Amino acid sequence: MDENRARRAVLDALGTVAPEADLGYLEPDADVADELDLDSIDFLNVVTVLSRTIGTDIPEHDYPKLSTLDGLVAYVVAVGDAHLTEPGA
Amino acid sequence: MNIAEEAVDRWVERGRGDRVALRCIDRAGRCDAVTYRQLMEDTNRFANVLRAHGVEAGDRVFLLLDRGRALCTSALGTWKHRSVLGPLFPDFGPDPVRERISTGNGRVLVTTRELYRRRVAPVRDSLPGLELILLVGEAADVRRSGEPIPGAVDLAEALAAADPAYAIGPTDPEDLATLHFTSGTTGRPKAAMHVHGAVTAHRSSGQIALGLGPGAIFWCTADPGWVTGTTYGIISPLANGATVVVDQGAFDVERWYSILEREHVSVWYTTPTALRMLHQAGREGLGDHDLAALRLVASVGEPLDADTVRWTQEAWGTPAHDGWWQTETGGIMIANVAGEPVIPGSIGRPLPGVVATVLARDDRADADGAPLVLDGHVVEVTDPDVEGHLALRPGFPSMFRGYLDEERRYRACFVDGWYVTGDLVRRDAQGAYWFVGRADDVIKTSGHLVGPFEVEAALRSHPAVADAAVVGVPHPVAGTVIKAYVALRPGHSPSEELRRDLRGFARSRLGPAIAPRSFEFVDELPKTSSGKTIRRVLRLHALQGADAPLVTSGAAS
Repeated sequence: MDENRARRAVLDALGTVAPEADLGYLEPDADVADELDLDSIDFLNVVTVLSRTIGTDIPEHDYPKLSTLDGLVAYVVAVGDAHLTEPGA
Repeated sequence: MNIAEEAVDRWVERGRGDRVALRCIDRAGRCDAVTYRQLMEDTNRFANVLRAHGVEAGDRVFLLLDRGRALCTSALGTWKHRSVLGPLFPDFGPDPVRERISTGNGRVLVTTRELYRRRVAPVRDSLPGLELILLVGEAADVRRSGEPIPGAVDLAEALAAADPAYAIGPTDPEDLATLHFTSGTTGRPKAAMHVHGAVTAHRSSGQIALGLGPGAIFWCTADPGWVTGTTYGIISPLANGATVVVDQGAFDVERWYSILEREHVSVWYTTPTALRMLHQAGREGLGDHDLAALRLVASVGEPLDADTVRWTQEAWGTPAHDGWWQTETGGIMIANVAGEPVIPGSIGRPLPGVVATVLARDDRADADGAPLVLDGHVVEVTDPDVEGHLALRPGFPSMFRGYLDEERRYRACFVDGWYVTGDLVRRDAQGAYWFVGRADDVIKTSGHLVGPFEVEAALRSHPAVADAAVVGVPHPVAGTVIKAYVALRPGHSPSEELRRDLRGFARSRLGPAIAPRSFEFVDELPKTSSGKTIRRVLRLHALQGADAPLVTSGAAS
């Protein structure tokens, strides 16, 4: 998935869970859970929304890669690509 | 009898001052070991800081802090000074924070600059009694640029300048030590009053239910600001001479397994939500972590399903021990205790000295399922497996002594000499108890007890909302999450945009933990003829799914 689309998907997922947040001010390398006041269930909801967008489950052991905005975008770029280029996908 | 003396100073007096009391792990994974002697000096200094600022015995000191050394120092130092501790949950938004500090007459608040900015600054004007703010952390420097904080003092600086010696004043076992806030179906949050003498029960319940003692390495992951984080996160393990692991980080599968392994945790007290997330991560999450040191896993906050208990036995070789207690009881009352076989899905049996029973419900339509009273007496259920109210004989040391300034609500908890807990249970033929549900409309989410009133009041303050009601709906990980039903004012119509706006509004007022996770728009809420919302109808609707019709008239029949 190209980076712009991935970023939009990530911001959309974050905005669904924390609609009050001003995502324009989100530092790319800051901890999103801290910055946006997400608890563990909020974070799971972000993961669920993103899984739907990229069309594949996100395994628990990948969660540490998803702690920052940059991490989330890079993950969606990489996994989105891998999934979408699978034969028959 | 002072909690801090029992938990800290006595170990130093007995020549055990060089043992490690706390192992504080920061977010980066660095560990800071604090001996009992250091903890004694830290807490002496804290008590001296309070004294230097004119804070007196009986004054209310609130904590709004994440887990860490500062939290332990502040709590124990407050008890040393015989001030009254009011722990707050750092995930609470400004509304619940204001409500609790105001109800408890808070004079002092210990927090960080960041938590102050988010949780306190928006409501500081309505807290005139709050005089002193002790700021924790590197960013605490009160001379720093940015919004000035009235009454702020840099805690680290003040501690460094304070005398490390402090003589604890005479403390009666009945002296008020702690205010723990809890909620009912209606009305504002109540502050349950707990006393210094509770420490004897905290010590013994830790020994019996959790197997705590000197040499134990104990990790309690419960959130600070609720009763577990205080009773078992601080008091009970220290009063038993154990080493307490204090992790500042949030839940993460790899982080948690690494801590269990690296710290050789022998007794672990955690929540069903965390256990279910570890269950989901499965064997793969566990990897090749060595949990050989782990003797006992116990679960707290809400009932733990039998499936997860069995999984912990399979995966870790030791089953999670469930139990039952609540804010008002101050400590564990019923449990699958250390050293006894675990009954998966059951909350276990009453601890020695705890007298529990099941009271029959009044099934008449207007009785609302309250305990049945015949000729002034309750009716105890003697047949096995019959649902009823869980009730306890009061009089044990950790029992609350009242709700602050709410004598009527306190008295309403007692019927015919029994304390009625508000939870429904059944007792099997072997005497083990099984949790059934709440007798009222209070919601248990991620182990936290949330009163619908507080959430609904915040929602009603949104300009588009005419009426609102919240209920708990089952969730595979959190156990229950909060769902809101909202009726709109004329001129407003349901839309995705309004849904997001309401959620954002609720999050910024209430904080992430108690803001509803989902919203449903309805024309009107189901009401009794006297105008009371019938949340039972909403709970049923939430279970049936969004497409089910919501019957709002004649629902009371």
